[in-house]
Formats: sequence, C-alpha cells, structure tokens
Amino acid sequence: MEWAGLINYGVFMLTLAGIYAVMTLGLNLQWGFTGQFNIGIAGFFAAGAYASAILTTPPSADHLGGFDMPIAVGLLGAVLVSGVLALLVGLVTLNLRTDYLAIATIGIAEIVRLFLKNEDWLTNGVRGVAEIPKALSTTPLDPALADLLVVLAALAVVYGLLERGRRSPWGRVLRAIRESEPGTQASGKNVFAFRIQAFVLGSMAMGLSGALYAHFTGFISPEAFDPEFITFLVWVMLIAGGSANNRGAVLGAMAIWAVWAGTEFLTGKLPAEFTTQAGALRIFLIGVLVQGILLWRPEGLLPERQDGKKRG
Amino acid sequence: MLVYGLVLGSILTLGAIGVSMLFGILRFAHFAHGDMMTFGAYIALSFVTGLGFPVFGALPFAIVVTVALAIAIDRLVYRRLRRTQPVILLISSFGIAMALRALIQMIWGPGNHALQKGIQIPYRVLGVAIKPDHITIVVGAAVLVVALHLFLHRTKLGKAMRAMADNPDLAAITGIDNERVIAWTWGIGASLAATAGVFLALDTHLNPMTGWHVLLMVFAATILGGIGKVYGAILGGLVIGVAVEMSTLMIEPAYKPAVAFAIMVAMLVARPQGLLGGRA
Repeated sequence: MEWAGLINYGVFMLTLAGIYAVMTLGLNLQWGFTGQFNIGIAGFFAAGAYASAILTTPPSADHLGGFDMPIAVGLLGAVLVSGVLALLVGLVTLNLRTDYLAIATIGIAEIVRLFLKNEDWLTNGVRGVAEIPKALSTTPLDPALADLLVVLAALAVVYGLLERGRRSPWGRVLRAIRESEPGTQASGKNVFAFRIQAFVLGSMAMGLSGALYAHFTGFISPEAFDPEFITFLVWVMLIAGGSANNRGAVLGAMAIWAVWAGTEFLTGKLPAEFTTQAGALRIFLIGVLVQGILLWRPEGLLPERQDGKKRG
Repeated sequence: MLVYGLVLGSILTLGAIGVSMLFGILRFAHFAHGDMMTFGAYIALSFVTGLGFPVFGALPFAIVVTVALAIAIDRLVYRRLRRTQPVILLISSFGIAMALRALIQMIWGPGNHALQKGIQIPYRVLGVAIKPDHITIVVGAAVLVVALHLFLHRTKLGKAMRAMADNPDLAAITGIDNERVIAWTWGIGASLAATAGVFLALDTHLNPMTGWHVLLMVFAATILGGIGKVYGAILGGLVIGVAVEMSTLMIEPAYKPAVAFAIMVAMLVARPQGLLGGRA
C-alpha cells in the first residue's frame, strides 16, 4: 500500500512537472534564444486551458459551448488561440525594448485574467469550467498513467521541434538577434518577422501546456491558477536549468518542481497553527533561491552549449 | 469621479516618480515597487494598531523601515548584479517582489486590514462629497512633489542625481560618487513608495496584493510621462488616475487596470518617449 501510494504520488508530480516543462521550453524559445522578456506566461497558459476546456466539455448552459469535441481538437484549439493572442500582442509590442515588453506582457496576462473572470457568458466567471474530459479515457490505462503519457508525449514533441529549430539556420538567426539586433538586420534578415515567430511559437507551447493542465485537473477557474506564481515559477525553472539550453529547461523544470514539492513536505512538518504561513514561506524561499542562482550561478545547471561565439 | 481620479492619480504619481527615478539611474524597471508600497503600509499598520499611533505619526516610521529595506536589498542583491545586463536586475526584482509579498503574508496574514476605523463625514463642496482623507492624500502628494523638486534643483546631491541619470560615466568622471547617488535614489524611491502605500491603504483597504494591483497602473503612469522623467511621472500619474476613474462611467469597474494598460500601449506605439520626452 505504501509503495502504491508513493508511485501514485510520483506519477502525479511528474505529470505536473511535465506540464511546467512544456511552458519552460516555450519561454526558452522566447527568452533563452531570442531575448524576449515575457512575464505574461500565465495569460497564454490560461487562454490555452480555457480554449481546450470549452471545445471539449459536453454542452453546458453555464458557459460558451461546450462543443464536446475530441481532446486532440481541444489541444489544437488551445495552440491556435494562444498563438493568435500572441500574434496580436506581438504585432503591437515586439518592436519595444525589453523593459517595455516585460510591462506589456504582464498587462496582457492581467487583462486575460480579468476577462476570464468577468465574461460569464464565455467562461462561467469565477465558478469556472467543470467536467473537462480526461485524455485517453476510453483506453484501459490507469487514468493517472494516461495523463502522464499524454504530457510526456507532448513534452517530447515540443522538445524535438525546438531542438530541431535550435540547430537550424532559423535558430541561429534568433540567437543572432539576441546578441545584436542591428548586426542581424545588417545581414539582411527581417528581424521583426523572426521575433514574431519566436514569440508566437513560444506562446503556443504555453497554451498547449495550459490545455494539458485543464485535462489533467478536470476543472479550471480564474482563481485556480495564481498567475504571477505560475509565471514566476517558470522563470525560476528556466534560469535554474540554464536558459538557451532546451535540455536545461526541462531539467530546470523537473529540479525546481522537485524543490517545490520538497518544501511542501518540509512545511507539512510544521505545527498546524503555521499552515497558513507555510505557503507564503515556500514562495519566499523560492524568491530567495532565485536571487542565489542569479548571484552565484547565472548560467544555470546546464549552460548554453557553445557552438561558436561566447554569449555576451 | 474627478475627485477619485485625482486621489488615485496622486498615489500613482508617488509610485511612478520612484519607478521613473530608479529607471533613470539604474536602467531597469523595478518590479518590486508595488510590494514595497504594500510593505510600507503594513509597517504603518503595525504602528497604528499595535502601538496606537495616529496614521500620520506612523508614516515616518513606515518610511524609515521601507527605506532601510530598500537599501538593504540593493546592497545584498541588486548591487552585485549591476555589472551584468539590466535585464537580470529585472528578473531579480520580480523575484524580490514575490519574496516580499510572501514575507508580508507570513507576518501579517493574507486578510484585509483597514488603516483607519470608523466612517468619515464627507465635506460638501459645491455639491461634491469629499472625504477628509482625500484632501490629505492630494495635499500630501503635492507637498512631497514640491519638496522633491526643490531637492533635485537646489541641492548638490539632487544635481548629481540628475547628472547621473543623464550620463553615468560623465558623472563619475566629474567626481560624483555613483554608489552614494544610487543609495539616495533608493531612499527617495522607497520613501515615496511607503507614503503611496499608506495613502492607498487610507483610501481603500490593505491586503498583501494591494501594491501589486496598482503596479501596472504605476508603470503606465511612468511610461505615459516618459520613463526617467520626474515631471512626466507627475503628469502621467494624474492622467492615468483620472482616466481610469472616469472610465467607470462607460466600462465595468472590473476593467480599470485594462484601461490604464490600453492607454499605456497606445502611448508606446504612438510616442514611446512619453509625453515629456524621456528615453525611448
């Protein structure tokens, strides 16, 4: 019994870590390779989660749809919706310098949150969307294991595509933009087009991650995800793992998620009267951890592989 | 509505001046500014409820503690990161914001607090109801802004600060101690942030998210006025404050931050240097 419980817990944790890893890979494309500072991750995550939820739930009077479609359609819809959102945001903001982009993306995330909370007709407001179907529910697989398989498959696909992109001339242009925008422009590349592509593709990964999360938990509401916290955790994962290294991004996601789960284990040992403080303490520790990483190991666990020039 | 707008605008102005000055000197958007406001307000709260101080008696203590905190964070973290790219500071300040908010939750709990109990009797001026708090906030902000103006233009340190915002290398050559100026910038930014936090808590209520929720509007005000420009921040704060409150006549109040954001994006596209021509 002990062992079964432990394995179940491991499967549960690994699934969540995988969901975060997909987001971290998306951020790696934007920040690690292209140097775009997106702190609106949660906005794209939430957009994807809602898109897939609305497409796949059985018809309901509480929110738009549900359209009762297969989950594959839901995932595709999530990718499209977050991609279109990213395209709109990108067209307006991507010519801005880093600080402005940061502020703009956090604004987008805030607006997405307000929209999901207030537009009852679409999202059932704060009451959220329930009865989101589980992936592979018709197969004889254990549901928890099925979730894990789907998440790992998605992670493998995103990782494969990004690695391919990284090695390609396309990936080199992105890194060139990060290092020197005027230089890239001078060698005849359309910098803006490349920036848009990176931003949209990265955000699509975040949307996909949101959809995976929705199908994993079966219920989503605007309050269910704490937007700054998700964004923050993904950033910590990328920095800890090593930005501009896809393997580092996945490793960082797993490692930080393990640390996060571990702190829960530790704070669980505190006396009961401190339980309300425990969550805050964990966030505080992660906040301190990120300062430590930035100060002492800014390149992360797995630094960018040097194919040529050193990063400036 | 206009009164509410001016009150909100005054608060935003105090926050935006700090963000703008820090950007001018250190070249990064300080994401922990909102949580610094919250922190200042909670310190004041402790003095008011714990020791029975009046709100204005507690304000100086809130300022001192917040300034100490800001300078300590700068010494411990930001200063060591300054040699790298400014964007690393941005990430760091985001982490500081989360940690600070978590710390506030640990000490004071997640619930709502009111800085002042009881109902105030509003004055009636020309048929408009004005609460005494509103007058305090607007006048208080105006006094601080005038004091800051005198500081920047009449004192040697103020001039050094402006010189460094214009060109740090040139300022260093002429013998200005950069670290000292940076410490003073934190001091001023944090004082204004603490005051803004206390005013915000007076105007509404206080919870750990209070400062974070206005941060977006503070940034909008900073950008609108022209990033790095102190006077732009004043103008930007008032414009955003009034526009946001006025928008509730047409749009659902829930979308207030979205209004500030829309103005900001429009500004970034049309005139990124801001109304008063800061750095683009």
